[in-house]
Amino acid sequence: MSTLSTNHAPRDSAGPRKIPDQLSSPATKALKSWESLLLLVAVAIFLMNALASPYFLDAWNLSDATYNFTEKAMIAFAMALLIIAGEIDLSVASIIALASTAMGLMMQAGFGTPALVATGLVVGLLCGAFNGLLVTRLGLPSIVVTIGTMSLFRGISYIVLGDGAFRGYPADFAFFGQGYVFWVFTFEFVLFAVLAVIYAVVLHRTNFGRAVYAVGNNATAALFSGIRVGRVKMILFLLTGLMSGIAAVCLTSRLGSTRPSIGTGMELEVVTMVVLGGVNILGGSGSIAGVVIAAFVMGLVTFGLGLLNVPGIVMSIFIGLLLIGVIALPRLWKKLRRA
Amino acid sequence: MSLLKSREAILGAAIVALLVLIATRFPAFVEPKNLLEVFNDTSPLIILALGQMVVILTRCIDLSVAANLALTGMVCAMLNVAWPGMPIGVIMVIALACGALMGAVNGLLVWKLDIPPIVVTLGTMTIYRGIIFLLSGGAWVNSHEMSRAFTGVPRTQILGLPLLGWIAIVVALIMAVVMSRTPMGRSFYATGNNPHAAVYTGIDVGRSQFLAFTISGTLAGLAGYLWISRYAVAYVDIAGGFELDVVAACVIGGASIAGGVGTVVGTILGALFLGVIKNALPVIDISPFWQMAISGAAILVAVTFNSRSGRARGRVILKSAEHAQ
Repeated sequence: MSTLSTNHAPRDSAGPRKIPDQLSSPATKALKSWESLLLLVAVAIFLMNALASPYFLDAWNLSDATYNFTEKAMIAFAMALLIIAGEIDLSVASIIALASTAMGLMMQAGFGTPALVATGLVVGLLCGAFNGLLVTRLGLPSIVVTIGTMSLFRGISYIVLGDGAFRGYPADFAFFGQGYVFWVFTFEFVLFAVLAVIYAVVLHRTNFGRAVYAVGNNATAALFSGIRVGRVKMILFLLTGLMSGIAAVCLTSRLGSTRPSIGTGMELEVVTMVVLGGVNILGGSGSIAGVVIAAFVMGLVTFGLGLLNVPGIVMSIFIGLLLIGVIALPRLWKKLRRA
Repeated sequence: MSLLKSREAILGAAIVALLVLIATRFPAFVEPKNLLEVFNDTSPLIILALGQMVVILTRCIDLSVAANLALTGMVCAMLNVAWPGMPIGVIMVIALACGALMGAVNGLLVWKLDIPPIVVTLGTMTIYRGIIFLLSGGAWVNSHEMSRAFTGVPRTQILGLPLLGWIAIVVALIMAVVMSRTPMGRSFYATGNNPHAAVYTGIDVGRSQFLAFTISGTLAGLAGYLWISRYAVAYVDIAGGFELDVVAACVIGGASIAGGVGTVVGTILGALFLGVIKNALPVIDISPFWQMAISGAAILVAVTFNSRSGRARGRVILKSAEHAQ
C-alpha cells in the first residue's frame, strides 16, 4: 500500500523539490513584518497613555483624539501610493491653504455648503493636476516642483487674505469637521476608515496597484512592460490633490475659519506618517495597513503628550525623532549585527 | 559666445533688466546706496544658499538650514544675555561650531546610516526648532536685552557697506576658491555627477556628503548670529520657511537637484534675484504678501528652464568631429 501511495504522489516536473527544514507559514511571516512591530508599538503607547493619565480611557476623549490624525491620514493614503511610485508631494499643506481660501471666497459670494465642498475638491484636483503636469509632461523632479508649488499655492492664499481671515461658514458646513455619524464615531473618522479600505483594495488588489509598485521599483522596466508610467504618476498626483482637497474641507469645517497659515507644516507630518508606516521613501514598497497603524501611533503619541500638558512644539520633537528613529534603528541594528 | 550663453550671464541680464524696469518708475531704487542696502539685506540668503548649493551638488538637500539658523541665533542671543561682556569674536566662533555640529548630525545620519537626506533634514528641521523652545521656554530675547556690541558689530560700516555684507563677500570668495581650487571642492562635483565613478576614483561619496552637510550647517550657524543681531530679536519661529527661499536661490542659480551642477556665481545671482524682488515689492507698492507666491513661481520657472537647457546640451567628446558634420 505504501509503495502504491508514493507512486501516486504528485511529482514536480522540474525534478526533486527541496524541502526546507522549517516552513515559514504566512502567519510567522506576518508576525515578523513591520506592520506587526508597529502594531506592538501602538498597543504599548496605548497602555502607557492609559496608565499615565486617568482621562485617557474615555470614549469621547478618544473620539476627540482621532482628529489628531484623520485629516493627515487621508492625505497620507494618497501620499503613500505616490511615494511607492517613486515621487513625492511636499505641497499638500499648501493645497489645503489654497482650497480653504477658495472655499472662503465662495462662502463670501454667498454659496451654500454643497458648492463649498465642491470648490474644495476641485481646487485640490486642479493643484494636483498642476503638480502632475509639471512632473510628467516636463519631466521635472517632483521634489523641486512641489517645493515650488508649496510656496506658490500658499503664496496665493497670502495674496488673497494677507493677514486677514475668512469666518462665518454656514452652520451645516460644520458637519464635516465636527459632526458624528453615530455614537462617538465622527464623520472624519468614518471617512478615514472608508478611505483606508478603498486605498487598501486599490493598492493591493487591482492592476493599478501593481502598476504603482512596478513604477516605483523600476520605471523604465515598467514602461517596457506596457505600463503607462506617466499616466500612473499623473493619477497619483491628482489623487493626492483630491485628498488634500478633502482634508481642506474637513479642516476648514473643524476650525470654522480660514487663515493663510492653515495647516502649516502638515506635509512633514504626512510624510512622517507614510514613512513610519513602512513605506520605502525611495519607492517600490509599502502597505496601506502600515500607514493606518502609523496614523494611530502618531495620533496616540500626540494625544497622550497633550494630556500630559506637553506643548505642541515639543511634540514636534517627538515626531521628528520618530521619523528619523524608525528609519535609523533597523539600519543601525543591521550594521551592529554585521559587525 | 559660450560666456553669453552661460546661465550666469542670462541670470545676470535678468537681474539688470529687472533693475532697469524698476528704475523707469522709481529711479531712487537703483542708486548705489540703495543697491548696497539690497545686497546687505540679501547677505544671509547668499551665505545660506552657498552652503545649500554644496549639499545639492552631492545629490542631497538640507531642509534644516533655517531651523539651524534659528537655534544657533537663539544660543548666541542667550549667551549674550547671560554674559554681556563676551567678545563678539567668541560668539561668532561658537555660532560656527554650533551650526557645524547640527550640520554634522545631518551628515552623519546620511553617511553612516544611509538615510535619505530629505527624511533626515525634515526630521532635524522640527527637532532643531523644538530645541529652541526647550532652551528658551518659548520666550523672546529682545533688543534691549542684547549688548550694544552684539547688535552693533554686523552694522559696522566699512567703505559704505555694513560688515554683514562684507562677511557674505568673504564667504563667497572662500567658497569660490574651495569649490574650484581644492580636491574637496572638486570631490563634491564628482560625487554628484556620478557617484559610482567617484568611488572608483577614490572619493568616499558618503564622506563628501557628510562634509557638504557640515559646510552647510557651519554657514547656517554663521548666518544665525548675523540674522539675530540684524533683526535684534530671537524667538522660536524666526526665519520660518526660509529654507525654501534658500533652495529657490540655488535652483534659480542653476543648481540641478539631480546633483553635480551648480556654481558659486550662479548661486549668488540666484539669491540676488530673489533679494531684488523682495526689496522692490514695497517700493513698487505691491503687498509683501506677494513675496511667497513669486518665490514659488520663480522656482518653477527656473527648474523648467534648467531642464530645457540641460536636455539640449549633449556631451561633446570630439570637437573636430562635431564641426565636420
